[in-house]
Amino acid sequence: MNSANRSIDIALLLGFAGLLLVPWYHIRSGFFGFDWIGDMLSDPRLWPGLGQIADGRLQLLPVLLLLGFALWLRRSAPGPARGRLLLVLGAAGLGWMIAEGFAIGLRGWSLPLEPLLGAIEGQPAFGAGAVLALLSFSGLFAFGLAERGALRGDGFVLGAIVLLVLLVSAFVAYPILAMFAGAFQDFRGNFTTDGIAANILDPAIWSLGCLSGGGCGVAWRTLFLALCTATGSTLLGLVFALAATRTAMPFKKGLRLLTVLPIITPPFVIGLALTMVMGRAGFVTELLESLTGQELGRWIYGLPGIWIAQVLSFTPISFLVLIGVVEGVSPSMEEASQTLRANRWRTFRRVSLPLMAPGLANAFLIGFIESMADFGNPLILGGNGGVLSTEIFFAVVGAQHDPSRAAVLAIILLCFTLSAFLAQRFWLAGRNFATVSGKGDGGRHAELPLVLGGLVVGIAVLWSLFTLFIYGMILFGGFAKVWGLDHTLTLEHYARAFSVSLEHGFTGVAWNSFWTTMGIALAAAPLTAAVGLLTAWLIVRQRFPGKSVFEFSLMMSFAIPGTVIGISYVMAYNLPPLQMTGSALILIFCFVFRNMPVGVRGGVAAMSQIDSSLDEASLTLGANSARTLRRVILPLLKPAILAALVYSFVRAITSISAVIFLVSAKYNMATAYIVGLVENGEYGIAIAYSSALILVMITVIGGFQLLIGERRLRRRAEDGRKVHNIEAREISA
Amino acid sequence: MKHTYLLAGLAAGLAPGIAAADELNLICSADIVICELLVERFEEGHDIDVNMVRLSSGEAYAKLRAEARNPQTDLWWAGSGDPHLQAANDKLTHPYESARLSELHDWAVTQAENAEYRTVGVYSGALGWGYNTEILAAKGIEPPKCWADLTDPSLKGEIQIADPNSSGTAYTALATLVQLMGEDEAFAYLAELGANVSQYTKSGSAPVKAAARGETGIGIVFMHDAVAQADEGFPIEVVAPCEGTGYEVGSMSIIDGAYNLEAAKTFYDWALSAEAQNLMPEARSFQLPSNRAAVASEKAPALEDIKLIDYDFAEYGKTDVRQRLLDRWSKEIGAAF
Repeated sequence: MNSANRSIDIALLLGFAGLLLVPWYHIRSGFFGFDWIGDMLSDPRLWPGLGQIADGRLQLLPVLLLLGFALWLRRSAPGPARGRLLLVLGAAGLGWMIAEGFAIGLRGWSLPLEPLLGAIEGQPAFGAGAVLALLSFSGLFAFGLAERGALRGDGFVLGAIVLLVLLVSAFVAYPILAMFAGAFQDFRGNFTTDGIAANILDPAIWSLGCLSGGGCGVAWRTLFLALCTATGSTLLGLVFALAATRTAMPFKKGLRLLTVLPIITPPFVIGLALTMVMGRAGFVTELLESLTGQELGRWIYGLPGIWIAQVLSFTPISFLVLIGVVEGVSPSMEEASQTLRANRWRTFRRVSLPLMAPGLANAFLIGFIESMADFGNPLILGGNGGVLSTEIFFAVVGAQHDPSRAAVLAIILLCFTLSAFLAQRFWLAGRNFATVSGKGDGGRHAELPLVLGGLVVGIAVLWSLFTLFIYGMILFGGFAKVWGLDHTLTLEHYARAFSVSLEHGFTGVAWNSFWTTMGIALAAAPLTAAVGLLTAWLIVRQRFPGKSVFEFSLMMSFAIPGTVIGISYVMAYNLPPLQMTGSALILIFCFVFRNMPVGVRGGVAAMSQIDSSLDEASLTLGANSARTLRRVILPLLKPAILAALVYSFVRAITSISAVIFLVSAKYNMATAYIVGLVENGEYGIAIAYSSALILVMITVIGGFQLLIGERRLRRRAEDGRKVHNIEAREISA
Repeated sequence: MKHTYLLAGLAAGLAPGIAAADELNLICSADIVICELLVERFEEGHDIDVNMVRLSSGEAYAKLRAEARNPQTDLWWAGSGDPHLQAANDKLTHPYESARLSELHDWAVTQAENAEYRTVGVYSGALGWGYNTEILAAKGIEPPKCWADLTDPSLKGEIQIADPNSSGTAYTALATLVQLMGEDEAFAYLAELGANVSQYTKSGSAPVKAAARGETGIGIVFMHDAVAQADEGFPIEVVAPCEGTGYEVGSMSIIDGAYNLEAAKTFYDWALSAEAQNLMPEARSFQLPSNRAAVASEKAPALEDIKLIDYDFAEYGKTDVRQRLLDRWSKEIGAAF
């Protein structure tokens, strides 16, 4: 009872703080600058909610009344009756604030209500005070539900669900709906189906001309590329996984490092290096030409080049997914097969390989989705026509300026990725691949057949050398005076980017975007991990209505290409009630909700392995669910937390397609800056900057890795493998 | 600009209530070097804090349109004139007649008049191409001097030009050829040219960068982009087509509804001065400045050597004309590729 009242006290405290203490409305110079403290009394725009009401903004009066009513309710006895009142009150508060926020814009009514209600003064977007009031109402709503006995009356769980549903609706569903609406609008906002009609059947998208010797539409080209990339990266990933676990290949530890590199490489860099090595004037091409006497010319541009670059980039991810699965195949199954006189080859083909099917399917799916969403490589190596992701980008920023085309292409892309996802689900459903059980499972894995073993090691070594060579070129590119012309070694690029002087501080041109990037990435990483793991906990451990819809809408933000996310964020958050464009917040929110699904999947995987009897024990012993989460679940999830932190940190630094629309004059990100350099042909400094970013990320990941490593020491080998497995899934997803 | 994000946050947190210097949010659509130099010099002479982001002119226009009802940007400097005119058409930009208009070349003023003073020319550059001397010499090809030479079968696979659907440069080329030859003739010519084109790139200046690095023989671009590659030391020779050629007017616009209108006007006036425009050679930008008193880089292609057509920016900047030409290009040229 006390605890029920305490929760309500906190919610009320938040609400009244919003009404009395902090500015109600959005502040242009930013809330966290705290400039407003000094000017608060003199400037009516900075007044809190109560002041705004006194100033004539009567639309806020219901907020005050509802909160006052809640304060009065607080004194009555807890119980279902009070619960219902709180529930209604919270819902009314939320509903009213959203309605008035959308109805009254910067310059008066945004909805056509003027003839009905007369003219009204405009209002800015929600600020800190309004956000506190929203939190307060959602808290009252959740605690009302709890008092009525929903979900065993667990206020914490209900609060978390309400909060997450609000966040996901505001930052995932709302912008995506805005994008779909964009397909039916001209840019002034009028409804039209012209754009859709003109684009949906466009032969440039759907032509099958390549079957009869012409060129194919961009949809088929992208699909073909994605299938090739997924096949290539899955096979190579399998080769690496086999080489690492079942052969006597040297330098296995080094493989781990190679797997990290592509994940932390900023976009464009691999594509650039490939053109330098294998472009028409690249020395590999020249070498091949002089050996064969054939003119190869520009073979790297177009699908072959993108394919090589993507396989280079995504093989490590597929390796991380597969190594856990390859290790997980039970040795006793293989031993049984050999005891029954199957030879090594037969054992591998009929026993080991089928048991790896879920891993292979997962790796394939990831390769497919990554290839579909890849933007940097096709941009550099695209040749003619491009792929869906680049077409979307140029439909928005190109000379056409056709957002409805972008929306149509985005929907096609989304259909491809979602069908792949469903196909994989369908294929794996109803089969049992479990070989890891609690029973003792000794023995060693069967050796590979000799020929296969040799092949596997051969391919693994060659590909590793190729990767190392490409990265060597990248590193070298930062020191070469003019890459591709004058290869004199110089520090000039690094000096221009990162010079520091005692007098003027950080004088290099890169510092500005570098600090912004670091600040935003470091702010986004813990938030992503927290929101992601909380969501995972709700999905795995709690049952609530609408759970599957909730899960699905989370998936969406990951499957939608970044360009579309970027544009839809700008459209959704440029106007009241939520206004974040031009701030650092919009970047942080974009990263949090774009990368959160990875934290969720990692968390779900990790939590499924923790027996729920542990939570039950804790609950039985009298701890509430918040305490159980904090003291029991979280400590067991340490590796998943760290992996989510690493992933979101790295993605915040390397992602580009969404970011390019969200950066502003004040908050510019490193990748957007690097793209500008590449566009202007300043390859040297672009590569120097990228190399520096890679080093920074290795350092940070190294720190995280140390922590994960410590964790592993205290576990048995079996657990160590599970941990590693989870990590792989997280990084890859 | 000097303040880092973290330090600025800290400083602001520690010292509440201190009046901040005026602010200006600037989108710069030119080369990053000149963008940074301009901002640095402007901040030296004015008590205005400039936040600058570099976006290509297409990206900038898309951003301005998305933010139309609540703009976050005050001023948009540089980038080809076409999207500036479109923005003016859409009333996304703010009319302003600078006192310095009288100091400008006619083409810069015409640009302003076409847009009802919602934009103004800051530099111009003519269309042409750069060829890689080594490749053409090795293949024994006579360097092309005229548009007509580019269809010579010996140049098969050696030419790159951008896709007009994605690049303003290539749209300028398309409109130029239409004005030079007539529409049907221009498309017949482009179809012939297409036989020699190895790739329609996405970015406007990419063709000459490819030519510089030996990836292709000839890149059709704005001549100042070709000069920049030659100036880096690449074996690039710049050509102005003998039949005549079109040009772009790099422009500047104040955004409608800008929060820092006064600061934007200050920068606007300053950017039109000879003093500011004289910075361009220093940043190795080879366009021709719009202020009559400003001096272009001596490496910039001399106007006397270029035969300019009377490019009709108003007509070819119209949305329906553009859409018709682009559709036709996609059907006849792009699809046939």
